[in-house]
Amino acid sequence: MSGKEKLAPYHAPVWSEPVVMELGHPGRRGQIFAAADPKIRKAVGEPKGLIPTAMRRRKAPALPELSEPEVQRHYLHLSQETLGMMGISLFGTCTMKYNPRVSEMVAARPDLAALHPLQPEETLQGILEIIHSFDLILRELSGMDQFIFQAGGGADAAYTNCCVTRAYHQARGELGQRDEIVTSIQAHPCNAATAAAAGFKVVTLQLEENGYPSLDALKAAVSPRTAALLIGNPDDMGIYNPEIREWTRIVHEAGGLCFYDHANFNGVMGKLRARDLGFDACMYMLHKTFGAPKGGGGPAVGAYGCSRALAPFLPTPVVAKTADGYRLDRDRPKSAGKIREYWGNVPQVMKAYAWARAMGSEGINEASDLSVLANNYMDKKLGAIPGLTRSNPGVRKWRMEMTRWGLGKLKEETGVGTADVANRMADYGIDPYWMSHEPWIVPEPFTPEAGEMYSKEDLDRWVAVIARIVEEAYADPELVKTAPHAQAIHRIEAGPLDDPKRWAMTWRAYLAKHGRGQEAR
Amino acid sequence: MRQNEPSAHPWMANSIADIKQAMLKEIGARSVEELFEQIPSSHRLKRPLRLPRQLNSEAELKRHLVDLLAKNENCEENLNFLGAGCWQHHVPAVVDEIVGRAEFLTPVWGSAQSDHGRNQAWFEYASQLGELLAMDVVQLPVYSWGCAIGHAIRMAARLTGRREVLLPRLIDPERLSVIRNYCEPREMARHIEVVQIGHDRKTGGLDLTELKAKISVRTAAVYFESPGYLGGIEAEGAEIARIARAAGAETIVGADPISLGVLKPPAEYGADIAVGPTQPLGVHMNCGGGVGGYIASRDEEKYVREYNGFLVSIAETSKAGEFGFSLASAHQTSYGMREAGKDWTGNSVYLWAIANAVYMSLLGPKGFAEVGGLILQQAHYAARALARIKGVRIQFPKGFFKEFVVNFDGTGKSVARINKALRRHRIFGGKDISREFPEFGQSALYCVTETHSREDIDRLAAVLKEIVSK
Repeated sequence: MSGKEKLAPYHAPVWSEPVVMELGHPGRRGQIFAAADPKIRKAVGEPKGLIPTAMRRRKAPALPELSEPEVQRHYLHLSQETLGMMGISLFGTCTMKYNPRVSEMVAARPDLAALHPLQPEETLQGILEIIHSFDLILRELSGMDQFIFQAGGGADAAYTNCCVTRAYHQARGELGQRDEIVTSIQAHPCNAATAAAAGFKVVTLQLEENGYPSLDALKAAVSPRTAALLIGNPDDMGIYNPEIREWTRIVHEAGGLCFYDHANFNGVMGKLRARDLGFDACMYMLHKTFGAPKGGGGPAVGAYGCSRALAPFLPTPVVAKTADGYRLDRDRPKSAGKIREYWGNVPQVMKAYAWARAMGSEGINEASDLSVLANNYMDKKLGAIPGLTRSNPGVRKWRMEMTRWGLGKLKEETGVGTADVANRMADYGIDPYWMSHEPWIVPEPFTPEAGEMYSKEDLDRWVAVIARIVEEAYADPELVKTAPHAQAIHRIEAGPLDDPKRWAMTWRAYLAKHGRGQEAR
Repeated sequence: MRQNEPSAHPWMANSIADIKQAMLKEIGARSVEELFEQIPSSHRLKRPLRLPRQLNSEAELKRHLVDLLAKNENCEENLNFLGAGCWQHHVPAVVDEIVGRAEFLTPVWGSAQSDHGRNQAWFEYASQLGELLAMDVVQLPVYSWGCAIGHAIRMAARLTGRREVLLPRLIDPERLSVIRNYCEPREMARHIEVVQIGHDRKTGGLDLTELKAKISVRTAAVYFESPGYLGGIEAEGAEIARIARAAGAETIVGADPISLGVLKPPAEYGADIAVGPTQPLGVHMNCGGGVGGYIASRDEEKYVREYNGFLVSIAETSKAGEFGFSLASAHQTSYGMREAGKDWTGNSVYLWAIANAVYMSLLGPKGFAEVGGLILQQAHYAARALARIKGVRIQFPKGFFKEFVVNFDGTGKSVARINKALRRHRIFGGKDISREFPEFGQSALYCVTETHSREDIDRLAAVLKEIVSK
């Protein structure tokens, strides 16, 4: 791969939209609500009279006053200044997929958008059937016995697992004793964080040369204090821990539960099942692996599934099939209670169901094949670029669906680090890549994940952009270090963002600290 | 193409035999199967997945989904009076257009430059909600109102070093269940004790005598809502905050933002931290999948350092006079510090923050005053109309916003029976609270919003009158 390859130029739209608070004119309206019917006004009088005196608002909120098309145009401009998936996004650990428009069309129908979760069950049979049918699909993919969709994301599913773990050990009278959760340094930070937020002490295993912690380290870590193991596999380096069955056996022998963080499921869909490997519970992210959109950070779903033994401890309600239809089972006395109101981001569950149906068994298998093939294809091409190092160079086997790379050598030789390269990628119309979760085990990391959607041509272009930027780094490091140059705005320095005298999380805070608005300066 | 060759899947560009061959050749592998060499054979599933038939035709898939969903009945074809944490409000068309834009719908993370527009929309969410709340710091939303309360209580516990929260007994059991999880079971070392305070029999507000008796040097925070679960506007907000402050506790107030064009912002009666639902601001009910929760506070460093999620700050760029928007607190989150971070964060409901921003821009100060006023008038009109039915009584007939408790004890009929009868008239009656709060007898929580017409309310009253008189 040569950086000389022709790359079409790109420039982001520059709309220079002022903050909405500065727009508009007093008196303009974007929405009008009709005055109450005369009969209502006559019966109850003015709104003011219906509010306890002390609780009436005295001063109108300083919101902007805009006409409807002004609001529409402002936010359309902001949408256009969002690169995201408009170019190629190989954002590793997040499995970028096509988000089918047909699902969006269907989700917007009143038969889903205008449902209230407390409607009588007989009026919710369609959506309950979808949820149950998707539960069955996930059971087949995982070997688990019951799924719920209440968690609002992957981290929330990890939290759900910690709550279920508490309820399980509490029911056995062992919660006081079992106050530790074991995880590894390469597991997603949310595993350690949710364990701590649920009240557990966190035991973190370090990695060996081969990319995963040793069985001896695990044996040393587990004890009668172990509540659970939270672990992902394969990891973000693309390495699969072949001893994982031993792991679940060791943890079970110590009386702990085993939770499989299946964030990296894309490469193993249809190839292996969490329950078959000895796990008691697992989690899938429907906004990643199952084609539901990410929304720039949700609404998302962490689908949480578990064994029959753990099912009584699940948050309520659970969708159940009965002889005469579907119902919400709320009467579960051992339940861990709720981790979020209602039953989850239901439209996202429908979209994931649509994805799974459109893919079918053969499509799901093909998708994991293609994602692993694409990653190894990219590995081959990235390996030919100077300044790049593959993580765990001693592991010579084919990697799974993503690989972590390092730019440590490039940084040493040019001063250009991974954040600089990420910023520069946007100048070629490519979503800045994911670097790595904390801590950085690989210096100056980046983690591409191709997935099954992108074409070979897309992958070639992505790699060509990396090659071009590396070339730029050796020839003109300042160009990369001052990137981006072709975006809606220029680089923001982090310093002021951590200074209480300068940070401003709202426009009113900005005005208080910095005086009048931008236009006035 | 041969007749029996499978079609390339529309969502997978490389599902073509010669492309796969070319890629395999490039890397020097014989087969795709070889690439899975890391997984021991004993770990592999040895059979194909048993899944329902593939629907790779969009026409067929759409028909299937639409047919399934048609088995539902929705709140457009029925007259709905359910609320209780998920409310039927008007969603302006422009909001739907903006959140449906693929640029906002599909991205994952990006950077402050490449996704500048999204970051600006996030800042505008915080800025406009900050005006409604009269607060200077607003975090990107968390999963729900209950989750926002949970995080706020944990913030207060860290700020005060105390491990007890006082909150109303009249609270949504769903929210309370979420809160109890966030406060951790007794066995955990950092358990936060949840102590509930009863209500004033006449107003439904917090019982101040009980509050004074229960508050102590152990109290990290007092949490109350206005409007509360049963709809009531808390008239003694300032006094509650004064009592909390005197005991060295934080005051956390839950407020529905759609009420804030007419109701006093929490900060003005003493809230240190404000929380509440975001769904009323332009998000469809989505069968409960529209919920989200906000957290806000004063701009004091001690509060800012305790937020669990992301705060977006306006900041200058390297070009003079140019501004952008970037995360101000990422290092203190679980992404930055793993288990040492503040609680945890992750994907939340950030697309809905954009819906909220568009909604607030469309309404402006006058829109919020109008919608709040209209809701108040229609809800009170409805309560009075129902109160005229023989045997029907309104539990707290004054000082509520959009929800109120309708008691049917005098009719001799259960809420379950009445709601079943309403169904035959295509009406979803209020939420049955007779099991949650037995002291209110056979009662239902009714919700009336700007989406109802006077005729809707009159029809409800007429049908109810007919049902209870039978």
